[in-house]
Amino acid sequence: MERLRFATVGSVDDGKSTLIGRLLYDSKSIFEDQLEHIEAVSKRRGDDYVDLSLLTDGLRAEREQGITIDVAYRYFATPKRSFIIADCPGHIQYTRNMITGASNVDLAIVLIDARTGVIEQTRRHSLLVSLLGVPHLVICVNKMDLVGYDQEVFDRIRGEFEEFASRLDLQDVTFLPISALAGDNCVTRSSNMDWYEGPTLLHHLENVYTASDDNRIDTRFPVQFVIRPQRADFPDYRGYAGRVAGGVLRVGDEIMVLPSGLTSTITGIDSPTGPLQEATPGQAVTVLLADDLSITRGDMICRPNNRPRVSQELEAMLCWMDDAAPMQPDKIYTIKHTSKVARTKITEVLYRLNISTLSRETGVNQLAMNEIGRVTLHTTAPLMFDDYHQNRTTGCFIIVDEATGQTAGAGMLLSPRT
Amino acid sequence: MKTSLDGLIDESVTIIREVAAEFERPVLLFSGGKDSVVMLHLAMRAFAPARIPFPVMHIDTGHNFPEVIEFRDRCVAETGVQLIVGSVQASIDSGKVADVSGPRASRNPLQTVTLLDSIAEHRFDAVFGGARRDEERARAKERVYSHRDSFGQWDPKNQRPELWGIYNGRHRQGEHFRIFPLSNWTELDIWSFIGQYNIDLPSIYYAHTRPIFRRDNMLMAVTDFLPPDEGATVEQMQVRFRTVGDATCTAAVASSASTADDIIAETAVARVTERGATRADDRMSEAGMEDRKRTGYF
Repeated sequence: MERLRFATVGSVDDGKSTLIGRLLYDSKSIFEDQLEHIEAVSKRRGDDYVDLSLLTDGLRAEREQGITIDVAYRYFATPKRSFIIADCPGHIQYTRNMITGASNVDLAIVLIDARTGVIEQTRRHSLLVSLLGVPHLVICVNKMDLVGYDQEVFDRIRGEFEEFASRLDLQDVTFLPISALAGDNCVTRSSNMDWYEGPTLLHHLENVYTASDDNRIDTRFPVQFVIRPQRADFPDYRGYAGRVAGGVLRVGDEIMVLPSGLTSTITGIDSPTGPLQEATPGQAVTVLLADDLSITRGDMICRPNNRPRVSQELEAMLCWMDDAAPMQPDKIYTIKHTSKVARTKITEVLYRLNISTLSRETGVNQLAMNEIGRVTLHTTAPLMFDDYHQNRTTGCFIIVDEATGQTAGAGMLLSPRT
Repeated sequence: MKTSLDGLIDESVTIIREVAAEFERPVLLFSGGKDSVVMLHLAMRAFAPARIPFPVMHIDTGHNFPEVIEFRDRCVAETGVQLIVGSVQASIDSGKVADVSGPRASRNPLQTVTLLDSIAEHRFDAVFGGARRDEERARAKERVYSHRDSFGQWDPKNQRPELWGIYNGRHRQGEHFRIFPLSNWTELDIWSFIGQYNIDLPSIYYAHTRPIFRRDNMLMAVTDFLPPDEGATVEQMQVRFRTVGDATCTAAVASSASTADDIIAETAVARVTERGATRADDRMSEAGMEDRKRTGYF
């Protein structure tokens, strides 16, 4: 089965790191030397229990301050599935790290403290999950042990969340009452909440169906690298390497190359593990064509009757991530979209999204760090793209500050407003 | 049917191609250790039937297991790739670093100077490493494209966000990137790949009998560079190595595993991490790896 990538997000004290520690611990994915190490540290600090968050907080400053600074990746496997966890920090100044961790996951877990219910951070994180188009969301109402495992508390928080989330674009939401510290409903069923009849968190993670999440309709193949062996034994080999971004490529398919519009037929597909008859989203392959066309990195292979949009005028939701400088209209940035690099100006901020109230604030022309806005862009070369909600890979881009090299913004392309 | 190993191969090959397309002078760190062997194989597969469009580099402490050096040279000859050797001995001879002495001396920490000097000398702007995030806590926080300033330093609190599958390799003259295409692989994935594709490795990765002495509950191999500690008992033991770094700080594990499948079976039930079991260098302090990485270590 395909590996499941998931992100855990939540506020500072929601117990994210403890939850991950619990999943690793109860699924027996923690090694003895790691456990001995955190037991010793917990004991030295005078903790009453083994602090499972020490498993993920790896940097010196994190251990000193008891916080998570950066996205930490963890790996575990059960007999049913392998997992990659991106543990994202929750505090407000590290929203950019949450986007980093959640941009390419299949599922996000948002933690809510049962004692506080839905707070601004919850709304903020759920909005980001919605904007990033994460296909599956799990709301874990944590610390149920501290509210007497009370069903009313769980139901009230669920109601609060659903009311807020009705204005978001969330596809698949699951609610779970848990205690990461005590282990209730994480890996094993809790005997403290007989009123809850759903699966445990691990059971849900093992069984959530992701195979239909990829866009397998619209064929998109951004050319990343042209392979032309300078070898006597392959005098005529010319292959176009890249990763399938959408749809299915098959030997014999008629294709079109953008932006040139030239057409040809696929005569072969090579892959790192041998030749293929067809390639599906996510696969890294080399495509061979019947005709000798001029194709370079940054070009897009698609089907003649199903093409992405091609334009130098773009509209997008843009999250600003540079703490050194706010987004400036008319400043020239580098834009990287699939394998294409161009330069761009951000021509207009249509509105800034208030991420607590979801209201649209107009009359602004800048975005500061962690702010999100709907913007228009003008690029030096046409991009071949789709609406982000149709295709995450061909719908996303990053903005790079040319002076500092920093990744300054992350954008999701949208159809222009009518 | 796609397996979860296929997804990892696709991701790694994509990263390797991206670097080859965007950087001027990439290099692949190649020690003959299993992670770097997997890296070399993925690079071959990324560009086949063309040859790998960059050289490989070994930072050589001079304290090697002979089986590994023999393997390294054989691999390079078979692949037709160019090998560059950065010599710690040369750094010592030139006076840039002082050799270490004493009963527990290891040249392992000295490698950082030689590595950074070699990167500068050849003006490499992208340096592929085989590090994995499951190896160590500081590595669990590192990006796939990891920026290094002109002193080779890593700043863990100021890492560039890394979104979707888009990588930002923009850098100034004199700065470089460490690139970690195996970031999301685990030790078990590495062995699965080696088993599935019949990848050749240095013989000491498999069970063999050799003289061993015990140090801090670790099994240290007696070599020309590592005499037994005073008072230690030397015994013939059947062992294998889970990592093959510098011979003075790499320990063995007791094992009878003679194939990749045997090792997968052992790894699946292993109760101690790879580095925890075998790397004396990681035991120096709680933040040992973080501190070394900050100053430019692998």
